[in-house]
Amino acid sequence: MIDYSKVLSKTVVETPKSGIRKFFDLMNTMSDVVGLTVGEPDFQTPWHIREAGIESLEKGRTYYTANAGLSELRSEISNYMARRFGISYVPEKEVIVTVGGSEAIDIAFRSLIEPGDEVIVPTPSFVCYAPLARMSGGVPVILETKFENNFKIDPEALKAAITPKTKLLVLPYPNNPTGAIMTKAELEEIAEILRDTNIIVLSDEIYAELTYTGDHCSVASIEGMKERTIVASGFSKAYAMTGWRLGYICAPAPLTEQMLKIHQYGIMSSPTTSQFAAIEALKNGDEDIKMMHDEYNRRRRYIYNGLKSIGIEAFEPEGAFYIFPNIGSFGLSGEEFCSKLLYDYKCAIVPGNAFGAGGEGFARISYAYSIKHITQALERIEAFVKSL
Amino acid sequence: MNTEILKLLENDARLTPAQIAIMLDMPVEAVNAQIAELEANGTVVGYKTIIDWEKTGIESVSAMIEVKLTPQKDKGFDRVAEKLYNYPEVQSVYLMSGAYDLSVMIEGKTMKEVASFVSQKLSTIDSVISTATHFVLHKYKDKGMVYDLPEIDERGTFN
Repeated sequence: MIDYSKVLSKTVVETPKSGIRKFFDLMNTMSDVVGLTVGEPDFQTPWHIREAGIESLEKGRTYYTANAGLSELRSEISNYMARRFGISYVPEKEVIVTVGGSEAIDIAFRSLIEPGDEVIVPTPSFVCYAPLARMSGGVPVILETKFENNFKIDPEALKAAITPKTKLLVLPYPNNPTGAIMTKAELEEIAEILRDTNIIVLSDEIYAELTYTGDHCSVASIEGMKERTIVASGFSKAYAMTGWRLGYICAPAPLTEQMLKIHQYGIMSSPTTSQFAAIEALKNGDEDIKMMHDEYNRRRRYIYNGLKSIGIEAFEPEGAFYIFPNIGSFGLSGEEFCSKLLYDYKCAIVPGNAFGAGGEGFARISYAYSIKHITQALERIEAFVKSL
Repeated sequence: MNTEILKLLENDARLTPAQIAIMLDMPVEAVNAQIAELEANGTVVGYKTIIDWEKTGIESVSAMIEVKLTPQKDKGFDRVAEKLYNYPEVQSVYLMSGAYDLSVMIEGKTMKEVASFVSQKLSTIDSVISTATHFVLHKYKDKGMVYDLPEIDERGTFN
């Protein structure tokens, strides 16, 4: 008999499963649950974008594209980055179309990390950074952000986390799960620390279109930062295109040149149908983005006020589509709170500790749901909280 | 004028002023006042529910009637339109460009009822030159709402 424990990679085996997944699986075993758990839009991909995908299939465009992606798509991405964030990238050399933002993060890590290199990961944040860094041989260094700082990176704490081994800083803003953003002025302070180092910033800007208190500022647009920044983004959140699996990287050519090799050998090219749809999205999708953004904004206010009126304290989210309330005052751990809420009141939210250090005592609530659905969930949360 | 309130109500008339106030970050008094004003000046014409009667098993028939008219002196088509919209079975009356003048949507219990409306009420009007009645066989979408059952939300099942 083969002993699988002897053949499997130790690093992979020791990597825990996603804590979000754990709660989903639990929720899916029950009926009549009102969940506010998912991290994807409830909108369908706008019809004209879907049509562009369908048309590409009808015309038989079922081939591989260039490794880095269709040149028209790379041009559109480059135009978009210039138009929205004032950064110019050469489409032929500085843009790679990836399989979602996730692949973008993965190839960025794999192209840079040498065994033992440190990767600073601010938490609470999306679950993939530390596991992917570790699988690349890196050592994640957790930088806890705090409720009292509105979950932003504190420059002093960042300074303290930097060592001679620091290779990368992950900048996950607008943030999942906290809804925090970093303003231009706050990014300037981070830039000031990094400017004279060899530290590369991996800026995960997948929620860049979803900010509510001002336009998103990309760290790459700050003086001296473009040369040390990898922007990872994608179509999933802004255009409601999660299932199309399409993202991109914008970075200096010496970096993309190496990342492209990993993409070339591991992926070949991103899904062609999705690439054609994405061209349409970038060309004619601004109105769709605005419509969805405005709807999320209304829901954001609705859920923030709803929680407040129940007596649950939350940081008012400024980006993404999550709110991260403080549930620590109810005398239960985050997991206990969420489990009881699920079992006794059939409402599912995700415990904050699934998103790393600093998440204990909080919970992630997604507002990518209709107002009716959110209202129902709030009623259940209220009934639960009153019973405590 | 606040078109945001109109857009919200157009999409869901059951939103309460309190909910709208939170969503738009306005005082609830202001929302109430604006809705009252929009109702008073006729911008908000009314509130109705979209019902798929097919699902109830209750028989009903809808038809779209194209009507050609000779315009009346001074009044144009207004008099006829007015006469028509006063019938409770008439759901909508539109003045159209193109090959005919009025488009009249009518709803009746039976085909016979619709037929008698056309032959006895509509075609007897003096200025009506001709009519063409098209019966609706199935409604897929009306007033922006799709008649199929909503799809089950499968998000979160897989990832």
